[in-house]
Amino acid sequence: MSEFQPKIVAFVCNWCTYAGADLTGTSRMKYSPQVSIIRFPCTGRIDFMLLLKAFANGADGIIVSGCHPNDCHYTSGNFHARRRWILFRGLLDFMGIDTRRIEFSWISAAEGAKWAQLVNTTAENIRKLGPFANYEKLRHQGVS
Amino acid sequence: MEIEIKVISRDALERVFSLWLAAGKRILAPKKTGELVDFAWVTQLSEVCLDQVQTVQSPKLAIFPKVEELFSYQTAFDQVTIQDRPLEALEEIVVFGLRPCDAAAFASLAAIFTWDSPDQLFSARFEKMTLVGVSCARADEYCFCTSVGGGPGATTGSDILLTDIGSGEYLAEIISEKGRQTVQAAAGKFQPAAGKEKESHLAKVVPSFALAKITPALAALFDDDAFWAEQSRRCLGCGACAYVCPTCACFDIQDEGAGDSGKRLRCWDSCGFSMFTLHTSGHNPRPLQSQRWRQRLMHKFAYMPERQKVLGCVGCGRCSRACPVDMNVLEHLRAIAEAKI
Amino acid sequence: MEALKNKAREWLDSRMVQLVIGYSQGSGDSVRAVFVHDPGQVETLLFDSRCRQNLAVYLLKPEVKKMGKAALVANLTTLRAVLQLAAENQIGEHDVLTLTVNPAGELLVLSTLEAIETYVAISAPDLSVEEKAELEKYEKLGMEERWQFWQEQFSRCLKCYACRAACPLCYCSRCTVECNQPQWIPVPAHDLGNLEWNVMRAMHLAGRCVNCGDCSRACPVNIPLYLLNQKLISDVFRNFNARSGMAAKAENTLSTFKPNDKEDFIR
Repeated sequence: MSEFQPKIVAFVCNWCTYAGADLTGTSRMKYSPQVSIIRFPCTGRIDFMLLLKAFANGADGIIVSGCHPNDCHYTSGNFHARRRWILFRGLLDFMGIDTRRIEFSWISAAEGAKWAQLVNTTAENIRKLGPFANYEKLRHQGVS
Repeated sequence: MEIEIKVISRDALERVFSLWLAAGKRILAPKKTGELVDFAWVTQLSEVCLDQVQTVQSPKLAIFPKVEELFSYQTAFDQVTIQDRPLEALEEIVVFGLRPCDAAAFASLAAIFTWDSPDQLFSARFEKMTLVGVSCARADEYCFCTSVGGGPGATTGSDILLTDIGSGEYLAEIISEKGRQTVQAAAGKFQPAAGKEKESHLAKVVPSFALAKITPALAALFDDDAFWAEQSRRCLGCGACAYVCPTCACFDIQDEGAGDSGKRLRCWDSCGFSMFTLHTSGHNPRPLQSQRWRQRLMHKFAYMPERQKVLGCVGCGRCSRACPVDMNVLEHLRAIAEAKI
Repeated sequence: MEALKNKAREWLDSRMVQLVIGYSQGSGDSVRAVFVHDPGQVETLLFDSRCRQNLAVYLLKPEVKKMGKAALVANLTTLRAVLQLAAENQIGEHDVLTLTVNPAGELLVLSTLEAIETYVAISAPDLSVEEKAELEKYEKLGMEERWQFWQEQFSRCLKCYACRAACPLCYCSRCTVECNQPQWIPVPAHDLGNLEWNVMRAMHLAGRCVNCGDCSRACPVNIPLYLLNQKLISDVFRNFNARSGMAAKAENTLSTFKPNDKEDFIR
């Protein structure tokens, strides 16, 4: 198949989004197979550098998702994550890194349909944006 | 080999650039970007900037780059395959516009990289490099080439040394066999020089200290902890001095790979970093910045002369210009030379 | 600056302090940090518009701490760094003895954290007009232009860590780049590693950087690091109404939160 198949990495929290994705599956809802899910105990554990590491390892798009504010399994992890994302996203944008390639979301354990919808929308967006050529080039630059 | 003296016009030099490029060589020369003058790849003489006393970085990056691939590897079960760098694929380079101090520095680098075990990559790059230096019409208060055996018009290390003698002309001293070959390949561009001299076009750099005093003074001061602490107190322990230095050769090896393939990279390191000598056991023989500062000077002015028979400093002054806290190595060397021992 | 020298001499003579960290004449027309531990050395002290280095960087160095109680000659951003270090529990009330010169040219002794807080309140609440204008200039570039600009800047980075070394808020005795299990930030100065290093350092300073500019001045290859820091200073202020280095007791921006922090991008 010559059509571009985007690689999407999803950083999700165990208690909400991961469980939600599980529900998507048990409900037999279909969604794009382009996503690789990485499970964290909490979005608060997601180091901002992990997003750049995903791009450096070939990801074309990223999903970051966890519990809704006030519903964090650890009470406040997602609040910390939110602050972090607000600043990090602003910095990435300032540096010309395409923030359309990173989707942030709150998806609860009951929102199986929302997970499917998010993945499908993201896959479609990234397909349109194409491979992350700028970052791919960067990986090989600067070594003599 | 006797030095031949020729003359070349700026116009002819422009055409020599084209000849080099046509022969598949790349040209590394000082180039101005914004406020910064530094070595960069150029294709025309007009891109070269020679107004500055010195560039920020040294031309060591031509043969000792800041990041270099040594080999790549693949693993499969219990098999490891390694691809060495094909040395024949390395490019021919002309380093143009380096100063006499920079040219002399390559001898110090070579002394380290070919000391007990010849570094193949370094040697191959060195062999493919031609050095066309330009002598110094100006110097600043950070220069001290004449205190360490060099000079604004010194020929040691260059294959060809150009001196701007005005009227769009350069005096060209053809110093080495590589220099001769360069002139031959540029048939007719270099003309015979009748009655031209270079001395009046050189900067005057008065020696700042007696080199002969430094090594014995260093030995005598070695245990004077207070002396070294006083000198180094404002040092922040960054790597700026080591990285801009044309003779500093310390490097780190890093393997970067994922899964079943990767590369081994060599990259610059600095003895000024706090963990430079940290052992796996947790012991650090140089836990204080004063010890690391002392080591820097000892290495350049005592250990290298003793072991490699070559000084580890050419007086280019880059370290002092780059230092964020104005350590000024020349000041410290003067203090050492004048210390009561 | 006779008043400054006299005060330093008085404190050293009376052994109120064992050390005065200040500025003295450097190479050419520059100034450099000086560590005066003998009353005879106070003549070298000076203070003028060239004194921009943030000397708070020396407060946490073991070699300096073991010299005893220190007085610090401080400009405005140095004072803010002192407050930020106090807010992060790196220095205490007893470590604080600062000397500054106000815009009218008068020597001020700020010997408590509270005194420093009162004094720094005179500094502007946000980036200056010129700083904002420059930041806006870069923010207004197209995405591809911004990428190309930063690629070019980071391709020059040598990973010398002069930026880190010069910064008073980069005081970790073992920086994250010095951990190799895992090697989180690549050691070699290739383009990817340089991007990761500079982005990470900027984020680690979010809400902490006092905009002294030492990182940018320290960089041997003129990377405009201050732009990254000022972008974050601006975003921290706009989003969380927080500024570093204004109070000795303050919440750290990235280790606190408000339940109603606003954003417009989380689905």
